[in-house]
Amino acid sequence: MLVEIAGEADPVIRVRGLRMRYGSTDVLRGLDFDVRAGEVVTLLGPNGAGKSTTIEILEGFRERSAGEVRVLGVDPARADERWRSEIGMVLQSWRDHGKWRVRELLAHLGAYYARYSTPDRPRPLDTDQLLDTVGLTELAGRRVATLSGGQRRRLDVAIGIVGRPRLLFLDEPTAGFDPEARRDFHDVVHRLADDEATTILLTTHDLAEADRLADRVLILAGGRIVADGSVDQLARRVARLSEVRWSRDGQRFVHSTADAAGFLRELLASPGPDVEELEVHRTSLEDTYMELVRGHENGTGAPEKAVEVVA
Amino acid sequence: MNAADLLTTLRLGATRGWITFRSYVTSREGFTQTVFWNALPLAVLIWLRDAPLPGTTIVVSALVLPGIIAVSLAFGVMSTAYNLATEREDGTLLRAKAVPGGTSGYVVGLSVASALDAVIGIVLVMVPAMFIVPGVPVGSALLWLGLLGWTALGLLACLPLGILIGSVVRNPRTIGGLGFLATTGLAIASGLFTPLQDLWSWLQVVVPVFPVYWLGVGLRSVFLPAEAAALEIGGTWRVLEAVGVLGLWAALGLLLGPVLLRRMARRESGSAVEARRQLALQRN
Repeated sequence: MLVEIAGEADPVIRVRGLRMRYGSTDVLRGLDFDVRAGEVVTLLGPNGAGKSTTIEILEGFRERSAGEVRVLGVDPARADERWRSEIGMVLQSWRDHGKWRVRELLAHLGAYYARYSTPDRPRPLDTDQLLDTVGLTELAGRRVATLSGGQRRRLDVAIGIVGRPRLLFLDEPTAGFDPEARRDFHDVVHRLADDEATTILLTTHDLAEADRLADRVLILAGGRIVADGSVDQLARRVARLSEVRWSRDGQRFVHSTADAAGFLRELLASPGPDVEELEVHRTSLEDTYMELVRGHENGTGAPEKAVEVVA
Repeated sequence: MNAADLLTTLRLGATRGWITFRSYVTSREGFTQTVFWNALPLAVLIWLRDAPLPGTTIVVSALVLPGIIAVSLAFGVMSTAYNLATEREDGTLLRAKAVPGGTSGYVVGLSVASALDAVIGIVLVMVPAMFIVPGVPVGSALLWLGLLGWTALGLLACLPLGILIGSVVRNPRTIGGLGFLATTGLAIASGLFTPLQDLWSWLQVVVPVFPVYWLGVGLRSVFLPAEAAALEIGGTWRVLEAVGVLGLWAALGLLLGPVLLRRMARRESGSAVEARRQLALQRN
């Protein structure tokens, strides 16, 4: 079928000029990106940046306003059930299937994939093994409503991968997790990416999480992609920048610069009152992220030139 | 969808319906509800057991029993609609939609669960009623065949209608409140508990539009002796009309229900469920 026609060389996700408009509000203003087979890509951005909208368009749950989208070679807005069988998604559970038992729900939802099973790719995954993978074996007979938030989330993950998807969407997967649950979840994602070569696209606004999971980070702000690169590339871009803080004549200043030493020489040599409370910081990933996002949201351009006066 | 796919969908849907139903009745809430709503009509039957219907040789409980069964089926409309609206709100429908063929499986499952709920209700009332109510023709094959036939036709008319209403009315609390009042009011106005001739004449015009009235007619025709036909409008069992009207409701529901449901299901997404969750949390 269409899914097979898409060769290995083609990206798993291909997005060109994606726009989304609700009424008179532009949520997405022209996204371009690819996700290649086996990649783990994080879509990072502040609340309201359009992360969930993007994922829902790729999942085929939302009609886009304009642009070209191909997921596994197919337009998700016109995809069939076979296409759907190749896609996994980890939904935020709330109260659904509360009265069902854990094992029962996982086995039932898995059964829908059986008709797409092939000898070299048997589906669904074995229910008991999967329960073991996500650490829910002992809770298999419990009703879903009695699970804690973290346990429920692990069940969500199990449901998302029970059909052995080639592409997995994770929308804010660890919102509300305690640190231990978060680490367990990261392990599951790593295993999926390594053992099953599953392509994964996840959204988060947690930078540490993006850092731990992603091969590549896309930063979404103001409806555009403002940065696209591996975590290393972004870190290198960050490492160039330092933040200089000082006060002069009672006023406080902050300046980001790639050449801290040169800037300090000029600053100290400049005429005027003495420079006080001088501090120099290596900019963290978080600082750059904040600057990138802020710069794009109020349209002040490149962060390197941003000098602000803090009253 | 080819034949094999259809069979798979029906099998998955039947499994889903059975698990949904079993999970519900074995939960504390479901058990309490099931006991209460089936004990209530039994109490009424015991209370009215020997009360004579003036001017006839039949007793009130015999007249009310087929009415109770008709109401059980009519409440199938409400419970189907209520469950659909609730499960859209809580993300059950979205979860089903995320798996291949899941929406079809969900609809079959919803219908099976509602049908099981209605049928169990009928069995729970019918078995004790055979011993409580005088004059139930338990030895007659016609009664059991008739009960089976009217139940099947009633479910066919009511369940798709429930899916239709549940797809259009967004708020489960509206369905639970207004739907309950409307169904109960309609049941009373349909002469399920008292002959329709005693009620206002304009009701005799409006009420026969709805399926619950005709279910009452059909079920009374198999439960009551021939002389009781004198209590009906026109003085006869209008069985053909009953089949016709119920058939029309079934056709309407089966044609429109899936279309409206599909349209509604298409709009479901994670953020739509999240938005409703936020609303619900504010209400609580």
